[in-house]
Amino acid sequence: MTPFRYARATDVTDAVRLADGGARYLGGGTNLVDLMRETIERPAALVDVSGLPATIEAHDGGLLIGAAVRNTALAEHPAVRARYPVLARAILAGASAQIRNMATVGGNLLQRTRCAYFYDEEGSRCNKRVPGQGCDAIDGFNRIHAILGASPACVATHPSDMCVALAALDAIVHLHGPDGTRTVALTDFHTLPGERPDIETVLAPGELITALALPASPLAARSTYRKVRDRASYAFALVSVAAAIDLEDGIVRDVRLALGGVAHKPWRATKAETALRNGPATEAAFRAAAELELADAAPLAGNGFKVELARRAIVATLGELTGETA
Amino acid sequence: MSVLGDAAAKAKGAAQQVMKKAIEVAPDSWMPGGRPDPLIRRQHGHVGQPVSRLDGRVKVRGEARFAAEVPMANLTYAALAYSTIPKGRMTGIETAAAEAAPGVVLVMTHRNMPRLNPPPLFMTASKAAAGDDIPVMQDDRVYWNGQPIALVLAETQEQAEHAASLVTVTYNEESAVTSLAAGKAQGTEPGSFQGEPLKIDIGDAEAALAAAPHKVDVAYETPRHNHNAIEPHAATLAWDGDNLVVHDCSQGVAHVAWSMAQVFGLKEDQVRIHSPFVGGGFGGKTMWSYQVLGAAAAKLSGRPVRIALSREGVYRSVGGRTLTEQRVALGAQADGAFDAIIHTGTVAMTAHNALPEPFIVATRSAYAAGTFKLDVEYATLDMIANTFMRAPGEAVGTFALECAIDELAVALDMDPIALRLRNEPEKDPTSGTPFSSRNIVEAYRAGAERFGWAGRRAPGQRREGDWLVGMGCATGTYPYYRMGGGAARITLHSDGRALVGIAAHEMGMGTATASTQVAADRLGLAMDQVTFAYGDSALPGEVLAGGSQQTASIGASVMAAHQRLVGELLKLAGNDSPLAGLKPDEVESADAGLRCVAAPDRFESYASILGRAQRDEVTVVAEAPPPLEMQHWSMHSYSAMFCEVRVNAVTGETRVSRVLGSFDCGRILNPKTARSQFRGGIIMGIGLALMEETQFDERKGRIMNPSLGEYLVPVHADLPVIDVIWNDIPDPHAPMGAHGIGEIGITGTAAAVANAVYNATGKRIRDLPITLDKLM
Repeated sequence: MTPFRYARATDVTDAVRLADGGARYLGGGTNLVDLMRETIERPAALVDVSGLPATIEAHDGGLLIGAAVRNTALAEHPAVRARYPVLARAILAGASAQIRNMATVGGNLLQRTRCAYFYDEEGSRCNKRVPGQGCDAIDGFNRIHAILGASPACVATHPSDMCVALAALDAIVHLHGPDGTRTVALTDFHTLPGERPDIETVLAPGELITALALPASPLAARSTYRKVRDRASYAFALVSVAAAIDLEDGIVRDVRLALGGVAHKPWRATKAETALRNGPATEAAFRAAAELELADAAPLAGNGFKVELARRAIVATLGELTGETA
Repeated sequence: MSVLGDAAAKAKGAAQQVMKKAIEVAPDSWMPGGRPDPLIRRQHGHVGQPVSRLDGRVKVRGEARFAAEVPMANLTYAALAYSTIPKGRMTGIETAAAEAAPGVVLVMTHRNMPRLNPPPLFMTASKAAAGDDIPVMQDDRVYWNGQPIALVLAETQEQAEHAASLVTVTYNEESAVTSLAAGKAQGTEPGSFQGEPLKIDIGDAEAALAAAPHKVDVAYETPRHNHNAIEPHAATLAWDGDNLVVHDCSQGVAHVAWSMAQVFGLKEDQVRIHSPFVGGGFGGKTMWSYQVLGAAAAKLSGRPVRIALSREGVYRSVGGRTLTEQRVALGAQADGAFDAIIHTGTVAMTAHNALPEPFIVATRSAYAAGTFKLDVEYATLDMIANTFMRAPGEAVGTFALECAIDELAVALDMDPIALRLRNEPEKDPTSGTPFSSRNIVEAYRAGAERFGWAGRRAPGQRREGDWLVGMGCATGTYPYYRMGGGAARITLHSDGRALVGIAAHEMGMGTATASTQVAADRLGLAMDQVTFAYGDSALPGEVLAGGSQQTASIGASVMAAHQRLVGELLKLAGNDSPLAGLKPDEVESADAGLRCVAAPDRFESYASILGRAQRDEVTVVAEAPPPLEMQHWSMHSYSAMFCEVRVNAVTGETRVSRVLGSFDCGRILNPKTARSQFRGGIIMGIGLALMEETQFDERKGRIMNPSLGEYLVPVHADLPVIDVIWNDIPDPHAPMGAHGIGEIGITGTAAAVANAVYNATGKRIRDLPITLDKLM
């Protein structure tokens, strides 16, 4: 770990002032501190925002969730459990109870990839750590890597479970920066790697995530999250599916579908959604939609199975929600 | 091999062969009087009782001090920097930034490291303990990717780690062999283990296989595994003049003391290793570079040193289990009788160690067959030296053998248990020696009944929702070992208390507790009258906690010391005692005294004997007799492992839903600690089957998943209730009638899981781990 300055913010304005456009914000520290200990992250200063308001409030028929809310508190919130079960399940599918007790909502959005070559600061090349250095993952161990939206510079995936549910729920990210406040759709918040995989979000320097807004979503009450992984707990998703569906007389009135473990960002499956909307809720329709979404998949040597796994997981999850068995 | 050359190894092997022949024809008289251990007969003592761990209380209260927790005044903290190339020379090491960093006390590289002798490689001498024989930080050479190349000492751990991250190195990289394919292309060498070649040919197995009416001939692969004891390796060290004290986490205190003395040019008694608590060993807690680096840094800095490896540090600087490629071919008659057993293959090793993962060891003794062809070859790679890891050889060897038997059972349309029992040998099939105690048939009968084996269906026939359900079984075997060099000291006090001291180890398996039970019974004392001292190289004996042999070694050592104690007590008792005139063979310990076996009313208490002799205490030290029983008999622990799995038909995810281990391991000394040890082994076997794999990037010879986040071992959610039963049949030829139980649990488990996966899905996965992508 590289020495750094530490300051504790009393409110949002104070945090942005303390950060002065350069510091990193510290939430639960469950990922950032690990990365600092590995010297992958070497911030000169940390501004601790974990003490900022951690409230969950009603908001425009939906919920407004403070960025400092702990993952456990969000997953256990009665309104989340009742109205957005996909979110509660996604959070509980991630990490361990101890980590969820520490991790914050804002920090969860900024989790960094689990690519082994990204973590191997001393011994491997990584364009995400050092732009232009090269990527040792493309021809190395890439079983957990991206099949959608990757670039020749980077094939890493975003590791969050919670964000996959948020992508499906059309969550809005509230930001506060040196130039004021703004909002960004969660699906626009994370970026694809392109030539600059070191840039992972649209956050401007010094900008702080202050809250997440969940819009009212009648169909979210019928939603779920399925995570496929190498052990039963405490493992990142190989593929995950967040889905919500509004069904009427066997017809899909509306649907939300997002995938985890497949791309540099939580992957909102808009092609599949469009294909499903106003169509029959049948296994054949689910499969056709999944295949459409995955038509552009470009697997690597080690992760070809993910294409089929994602297809199966989509079909099975939609089947579970609609009573159509896969 | 560099230290023990091939010629020397062959000579040693030949000498052992001659010795073995001589012993085989000698009577089984290793035990005093040539009789079975009298403790076997004793039914109502401490042995066999489910005594709770004597060290449990201090451990759950956090009062047990492990190696990285021992307080010392003026302590400095060490951090390491590791190489990033697999082979070559360092052309420059830039240490100025590290030296200037806050709190730094010392930056040590090969340039200022004291000149030391190479570490003595394991098995090159009785107390050699090192995982490799590469001189530690003595020159600019890099031998593997991840080799420690600099050590920083600082006032805090954080300062040391920061400064270590500032050390930069330039290399002149040399061509390295880092893939198995490249290693094999350079040619393989025949492996040897314990001084004997890992090659057996009995008859013409290939011809017998070709002629057999039924056969399987299949290839299996197992990956590299790394050690992940809950306690990463650590030592707290200090010099007192020329004497070195090391608080270590060790499964061989006497071995490490001797080996460290060789490295530093000291006399053995100038090095003292303390290791009262060890957070898991599994074969990895021997001697690696960290003890040498820590001691050298303490010498250079003149201050005590704590060197606690990070989890990554363990992966970089402590070896693990190597990979294997195995062929198993079985030829059989229609009734299942084996005509041929062929078990051959290749493992990866280095030029600096000598452990070609001996995957044929279990196959040597498991089944009768008309012919055998067994052979382990090794390819030489530039990587960290591979080492012992729980059931080295057996864990991965039984995976291949027991899966192949399952495959043959399918080919024969026979029940796999029936096929195994059809080939139950009457004597050891490759050595010809008789079995000392082998009750595997009984273990299968009891296990099959309890597990409900009769309910097993044809492959792919049982489905519950999306889950395919299947059952599998496998035989586990692990040899009984008792290494030479065991010794114990007993001090008996006039108030009836006894101190039993032996340089043994408690690594969490219950040794301190079970050994106290055994010593109390041996001495005829209550549990609270006996103190068992261990984990200190100043105590007698060289007792490796390895090869599942420690309990036997302790048992034979305490038995010998007790025998000597009885002699001393009879001398002290003299002619005024009820015991007058009796010989040691005619008395036994009971009720805190000695009594005549034939006339139990001839009794005198220890207190009375010592009091009349005006002695406060009597102390004896004795060495265990040589382990002749191992030469005379084919001795093994056995298990019949049963497993039920559920495989998700959609995703291929495998979940183990039931496990039963039915064990035949002689007498069980402490059912409570034994059950935990069996279960721990089974859990490790489940990890071996389903998830454990070191990601070794063959392009650069670098381990890419050096953390518990990315190197998967089972978590609680992966594990069902694990049922464990045993038959408790004592082996008359072993101390206490007991066999080792440390490694039998992992053995056979992976095959039972794989066979259950086949029964559930109809898919045969022959390369571990069985991940979901292989089942989709």
